[in-house]
Amino acid sequence: MSVLQVDNVVSGYGSMEVLHDLSLAVGQGEIVAMLGPNGAGKTTLLRTIFGVVPPWSGTITYKGEDISGVPPERLVRMGLAYIPQEYNIFASLTVQENLEMGAFIRDDDIHPRIEEIFELFPDIAERRKSRAGELSGGMRQMLAIGRALMLNPELLLMDEISTGLAPFLVDAIFERVKELNDQGVTILLVEQNAPKALQTSDRVYIIEGGEKKAEGNPEAIAADEEIARLYLGRS
Amino acid sequence: MVQLALWGVVLGSIIALGSVGLTLIWGITDLFNAAHGDQMTVGAYVTLLVVALIPDVGFLQAAVGPFSFPWAVLIGIIPAIIVSAFLAIAIDRVVYKPLRRMGATSITGFIASIGVAWGLRGLIYVLWGADFHFYASGIRPMVSFLGLRLRTDEVFIVVVAWLATAGTYIFLQNTKMGKALRALSDNADLARVAGINTDRMIVWAWAIAGFLIALAGTLYGIQTQLRAEMGWIFLLPLFAAIILGGQGSITGAAVGGLVLGLAQQMSTAWLRPTYKPAVAFMIMVLALIFRPQGIFGEKESR
Amino acid sequence: MQIGGLLSYLVSFSIMAAIYGIFSMGLNVQWGYTGLLNFGIAAFFAVGAYTSALVVAPLPTGPSADYVQQAIGLNMPFLVGVAAAAIVSGILALLVGLLTLRLRGSYLAIATIGIAETIRLFFNNEPWLANGSQGLVGLPQPLYGLVPPRYYNYVYLAIVLVFLLLIYFALERGIRSPWGRVLRGIREDEVMVAANGKDVFNFELQSLVVGAMIMGIGGALYAHFRASIQPGLFRPTYGTFIIWTMLTLGGTGNNKGAILGGFVVWAFWSWSSTVLATVAPAGLETRAPFFRYILIGVLLVGVLLVRPKGLIGEERQVSRF
Repeated sequence: MSVLQVDNVVSGYGSMEVLHDLSLAVGQGEIVAMLGPNGAGKTTLLRTIFGVVPPWSGTITYKGEDISGVPPERLVRMGLAYIPQEYNIFASLTVQENLEMGAFIRDDDIHPRIEEIFELFPDIAERRKSRAGELSGGMRQMLAIGRALMLNPELLLMDEISTGLAPFLVDAIFERVKELNDQGVTILLVEQNAPKALQTSDRVYIIEGGEKKAEGNPEAIAADEEIARLYLGRS
Repeated sequence: MVQLALWGVVLGSIIALGSVGLTLIWGITDLFNAAHGDQMTVGAYVTLLVVALIPDVGFLQAAVGPFSFPWAVLIGIIPAIIVSAFLAIAIDRVVYKPLRRMGATSITGFIASIGVAWGLRGLIYVLWGADFHFYASGIRPMVSFLGLRLRTDEVFIVVVAWLATAGTYIFLQNTKMGKALRALSDNADLARVAGINTDRMIVWAWAIAGFLIALAGTLYGIQTQLRAEMGWIFLLPLFAAIILGGQGSITGAAVGGLVLGLAQQMSTAWLRPTYKPAVAFMIMVLALIFRPQGIFGEKESR
Repeated sequence: MQIGGLLSYLVSFSIMAAIYGIFSMGLNVQWGYTGLLNFGIAAFFAVGAYTSALVVAPLPTGPSADYVQQAIGLNMPFLVGVAAAAIVSGILALLVGLLTLRLRGSYLAIATIGIAETIRLFFNNEPWLANGSQGLVGLPQPLYGLVPPRYYNYVYLAIVLVFLLLIYFALERGIRSPWGRVLRGIREDEVMVAANGKDVFNFELQSLVVGAMIMGIGGALYAHFRASIQPGLFRPTYGTFIIWTMLTLGGTGNNKGAILGGFVVWAFWSWSSTVLATVAPAGLETRAPFFRYILIGVLLVGVLLVRPKGLIGEERQVSRF
């Protein structure tokens, strides 16, 4: 059974329809990548799943429960977490405060969890009292991931977490993604870096113009020359 | 000159306290609340109402210690704060929340807040008229120190204003709700995504703002006198202070308020006192032109 | 009230409403078409009024010279005064625009309020210029003496309506021109207009200046109608915010809406005090006029919530190339 099921979702902003009848599924323990050109609607899909943008029609189910249009503050209680692409940290708050905000809905002592996150990302642990806005690009992304992990999510939505990072940092980030997945976190990610995404994921969707153009395992997608030429920017 | 600076600190303290709530709301909801001044007036008048209701029995109407105002004022502040907080929440519920739901821009909110300002001022005019009111009549005792003179009331105002400002700052820095409010002010989208119930946080922000507004209004009433236009006239210096301080910055607003208070009073050494407000506006306009993110601008530009 | 009294009341009401309609159209150029948050209307209002007053009125002579100070008094015809008002307001707008148009959103709004208040305080505090807080009285009125004084307002209404219509038709032409199309483009998507090679700042400046010139004309018409002006008349409430209410209520982006808003809001404002004063309980007559603050406030908020586009929204404009 899939953890996340998106069926015939139509969504957009104002009067502009961005997603046209889009369906996809994410299975338990999978890493699923969404690839496609800018403006294809990948971010809009993540935002729609996470209740930031209400779906116009269609249904989104999480573990069999309809979560269409359910607001984020309820989704985080259900075990979902979302890392937006840009502005994914609270720049004027300290590193530690950022993590505290990740567990806002918890009323018990969250410090043990904060220490666990710091163990996972030792680099940012040294900067715990610094303002998040002073961190370097790579550390910001570590913090963004750390914030999203505070509640031990079962399903993590990640939007282009590698954008703008140096290659060695991209590798480091994707290693972390792999590790998380090994620990049982299901991951749906949007990625510009197609080779990296194909290398990391279990399944891939190609999205363009708000529609699903192709799906399959990474090997098949990578082998399909037409897809590569049309959507992955290879000639 | 030092005397002028001292008076500047008094004025600056009231501006600082008044602008803390204003910048909080600006940071969190992106609203430039033009009704803030008139909400101050409401706070001051609710205190007045309670003062008038309290029977003239002995010590209640007697002056507090060395100050000119009676105990009744200190009792009256409490209902004023409660009324002001609920009024602020109610206004948000009826006006700004529906506008946010409609996806209206912050400009629309600003224009709506002008309507709210008129409504509140009209209410004060109708209920109390256009006359001046005082919490207490009679002499206002002074203290002298190294040849400087200050009314005892003013000492009280400065102390209370800074206690409240510092209290707000400590609350925002150290409590869970305070941090969430700062997170919301910093990045509302991410705050939602992190699971912070932003609607509820906005209600709390208005409650805190309402609390500070009533306190500032009452202190201002002690300092001068009450009249229906008091808050409206006070609004522009408040705007100037928060612009100087940067969006959502409590420390910025406090320092901005102090700077404006000092600049306004000390300018009277060279300019006619009636130019005082213009000094505030010019500082604000210059600050806008040369440093639009404010002295303490914290928000990352988008 | 007799019919004659009612009629003369309606005439003076219409004059004020039409003048406010002119301000509202000026704001419509800036905010309605270009998206500029000018909250300093009072500055252009005041400068227009004072400029025309100083150009048209003669220098004080005789006993009044002892207590009226006036920097200049050119004793020129009314139309010269109106033209001067438009030009000086336009120059002020140019300076204000150069200083502040880089600011965005609420910042521009607050900066312009600050500038307007500073200008009002300047008039108030510099008696050598235009008699300070006392202001100027006994300003000349155009075509005075053409009809018996009690009918003079009819003449003035005609003058104001001529200006109103001229401005209306000029704006309607302008907004359908390529120039108007660029302005609306800036309002919708500034970056797109810039990408098309248009100098956005320059167009914004033009819009601010044109709007301010219209406001300057409004100020001149106001000054000669009242025949007396004081700095206190140009406070933000009457000088700026009420005009924003008019345009918002009538219909932002629509010149007919701007005029309609002027009449509707001015009707509420001026009639509510009259009506309420007659129905108010004894002892509260003096407070009844203040009810209009509540009324206008509720009206403004209500429009924004229920009918955000105003009574008549913007028409789709077809540009002529």
